[in-house]
Amino acid sequence: MSKGPKENEFTIKIANVNGTGSASANALLMKVFFRMGIPVVGKNYFPSNIQGLPTWYEIRVSGDGYLARSGRVDLLIAMNAETYQQDLHEVAPGGYLLYDSTWPRRKQLHRDDINVIGIPLSKMCNEHFDTARARVLMKNVAYVGAVAALLDLDMDIIRESLQKTFAAKKHLLDANQTAISLGYDYAKENFACPLPFRAKSIDKTSGHIMIDGNTATALGCLYAGATVGAWYPITPSTSVMDAFKNFCEKHRRDPDTGQRDFAIIQAEDELAAIGMVLGAGWAGARAFTPTSGPGISLMSEFLGYGYFTEIPAVVIDVQRCGPSTGMPTRTQQADIMACAYASHGDTRHVLLFPSNPEECFYMAVQSFDIAGRMQTPVIMLTDLDIGMNDWMCRDLQWDDGYERDRGKVLSPETLERMPRFHRYLDIDEDGIPYRTFPGDHPRGAYFTRGSGHNMYGAYTEDAGEYQEVVDRLRRKWETAKKYVPKPAMEYSEKYRTGIISVGSCDDAVREARDQLKATGVGTNYMRVRAFPFTNEVQNFLDTHDRIYVVEQNRDAQLRGLLLLETDVEQDKLVPVLHYNGLPLTADIVFDAVNEDLKKGVAA
Amino acid sequence: MSYISKPKVTHPGLPRNELGMTIREYEGGMSTLCAGCGHDSVTRALVQAAFELSIPPHRMAKLSGIGCSSKTPAYFLRQSHGFNSVHGRMPSVATGANAANRDLFFVGVSGDGDSLSIGLGQFAHAVRRNLNMLYVIENNGVYGLTKGQFSASADIGSTAKKGEENLQPPMDPCQLVISLGGSFVARSFSGDKEQLVPLLKAGLMHDGFAVVDVISPCVTFNDHEGSTKSYQYTRDHYHPAIFADYIPPSEEIRAQYDEGDAMPVTLHDGSQIVLRKADPDYDPGDVASAIEYLQRHRDAGEIVTGLLYIDEQKPEMHALNKSVAEPMSSLPFQRLCPGSGALKSLQDRFR
Repeated sequence: MSKGPKENEFTIKIANVNGTGSASANALLMKVFFRMGIPVVGKNYFPSNIQGLPTWYEIRVSGDGYLARSGRVDLLIAMNAETYQQDLHEVAPGGYLLYDSTWPRRKQLHRDDINVIGIPLSKMCNEHFDTARARVLMKNVAYVGAVAALLDLDMDIIRESLQKTFAAKKHLLDANQTAISLGYDYAKENFACPLPFRAKSIDKTSGHIMIDGNTATALGCLYAGATVGAWYPITPSTSVMDAFKNFCEKHRRDPDTGQRDFAIIQAEDELAAIGMVLGAGWAGARAFTPTSGPGISLMSEFLGYGYFTEIPAVVIDVQRCGPSTGMPTRTQQADIMACAYASHGDTRHVLLFPSNPEECFYMAVQSFDIAGRMQTPVIMLTDLDIGMNDWMCRDLQWDDGYERDRGKVLSPETLERMPRFHRYLDIDEDGIPYRTFPGDHPRGAYFTRGSGHNMYGAYTEDAGEYQEVVDRLRRKWETAKKYVPKPAMEYSEKYRTGIISVGSCDDAVREARDQLKATGVGTNYMRVRAFPFTNEVQNFLDTHDRIYVVEQNRDAQLRGLLLLETDVEQDKLVPVLHYNGLPLTADIVFDAVNEDLKKGVAA
Repeated sequence: MSYISKPKVTHPGLPRNELGMTIREYEGGMSTLCAGCGHDSVTRALVQAAFELSIPPHRMAKLSGIGCSSKTPAYFLRQSHGFNSVHGRMPSVATGANAANRDLFFVGVSGDGDSLSIGLGQFAHAVRRNLNMLYVIENNGVYGLTKGQFSASADIGSTAKKGEENLQPPMDPCQLVISLGGSFVARSFSGDKEQLVPLLKAGLMHDGFAVVDVISPCVTFNDHEGSTKSYQYTRDHYHPAIFADYIPPSEEIRAQYDEGDAMPVTLHDGSQIVLRKADPDYDPGDVASAIEYLQRHRDAGEIVTGLLYIDEQKPEMHALNKSVAEPMSSLPFQRLCPGSGALKSLQDRFR
């Protein structure tokens, strides 16, 4: 169900060549809407490449606050000749295409049902700037100027934004301002500005920030008190550690001595990265590793070790398109199953599913608390869309009364009073044993082993002793349900149709629910936020007749996990799947639900 | 089985170290390795080294990978935390544990399979990081637990028990570590406690990654004629050795020799190793000459032992990181969390 563009409701897509400096111009454009008080989201569709391949940036402006991918293009800025034909086709009928008219378009590259705006961006920049680099870069800034005229952007905000960005670089500020004027003036002189759809300042972004999920995750790790970060660079998770390092250099470094209250270790591979995290967790530090699907595959052996030996660890999986290398710069939610049961043997892991950067921040902190409390690896699954795109979120808040949950750790003083210590005794009958840190007390010593061990921590090949330990681990899993976040619910007794989704599907599902409601279809909604599933999940399954499970993978992995881990009839759960690597749109959900409902009516 | 605990017998006359502890308090569980295994001698050497250094046992962390060698941390220092990790991955666990608590003594026990095959990557990178730990490789040229496959340190031409010939060149951990920029490289023999214990002590006290490659014979799987370490080979090249195709419940063989002499030492399995102490004029601080020396003697069929390379000036991991002096694991939370005020102001850049 596509709606046409109108004031403060439209989508701009910019086609560029990567490595030409378009990112900063596009970010500037996106920020201008935000600073005008209009809800906005910027999504980057970029290649796994350093220079020379096509890249797109999509800005959805929505006064109504719908911030999923829109799935339509109202204004396309075509800066890449190579993709011009494809880009031309994407423009919605009645929409606009802006191109660099320095070079003529071929006749066949034409559509009668859209409006074409030609601006000689290269020509103007070549005349005004001396160096080759400046000419390339400023071309991008010039189209921002043109868009400012076409969409009636607030020029004061653009000026302020440039001043803020280039405060210390006067010559760059001048160049940028010149380029903005070039585009702005040309558009004003040659076209009817503004366009029928335009931007108008409102007040819907105060109390909000624009932040990507990886940065928010890194902030969460900083605030949780993580001191050891081990990682191997992998798209799209790399910027988690980049951001963590920047925050730590600022907030965790003694300004006088230069000494660091953190250790960031770039590992030789993901096998080592998770080994370091387990070593640090075993020795009493909060430690984490960010990675993506291929890293999870490599970490699986150690994840099983961490589960069986009960060591806290936090893994951030910023999911990308699989299988195998897949599409490293495209998004998906296809690691759910691999993470839930990562490693051989009877293994299961606590998973957390944030839906946006704001939740990344809070859930990163929670991940450490749960890992410490449950003495087990916790995997927080985000994805490329959340991790690398700028999302509008409420201001992040911090409660200074927060205390770390390090779980059941025996202090040297307690050990001194104890006659003896055994590592895997279930003293409190909640499945969680007590642990000690190396170096604390002679009585705290124990032997950590991935081989069969009994409740005292000793090696065993005895059938009963072995089973006792794995049965307790299962009891511990039940206890975990008390500590993981409950699902987010929107429930009314009126409705018997439900939608379940996870992670970054949230915005598209919310938008689709509004669209469905407008056509008379009311739904309840549950967004799963953790595995193991809590009782609320079972209740939701029990109280609905038909449930659409919306997720971004081919094999309906969340649905599969629900079928395995809850008591629900298979037929009740209708898969709604999207997995081509681009973020989910509301239309996809709306259409799938409608189609299924029609089938139901026909039958 | 390793869950059989060793009776703790303390003789009243046993010597005590600076902590007032006897060597018994540095022991661990009963070994489950084959009788006469070289690894048990290394275990005893580690016990003696820690005892003589008066290290409080609970201030030591002992880690290992998988294999016969990696079982041994259960057999020493029962008051230390132990970490028997997964195959070839002990260096990463030690790295993380050391990152969290730099105040502990770290000892890693590995084997030639664990360090030179499945774990070569992690081993090499721990060297590069100059992780502050003692890293012992119990090197026997063979996979014991899986019953006799060649390891990466097996010599060209040596055969497995069933006759298969090894065609690939052996890897020398010492040459490897020196070339990778290691800061402490030693080689010894499990039967030579007099040489080994001081090397282990030096390694424990070295500020950086101390590799001690210990030739530690496998009594069960390298005891046949086709092996370069066999009776036959020994007789042809040096002098007669004991041919034994069974597992003897024998006593530990000890080799003692003076500096400068080369001598063939007959191991449990009847194979022959020529041990040579570093020459008096050998320079353990020069990479190029150390590698040249090792290669030359290796070509001559000899194995050079002793402290082969040392550089105390190379900064270890925490020095490179400019880490705070106290352990990361005990930093107070207030110091780690910037708090609500900082969160508020740092969000300005996201508006």
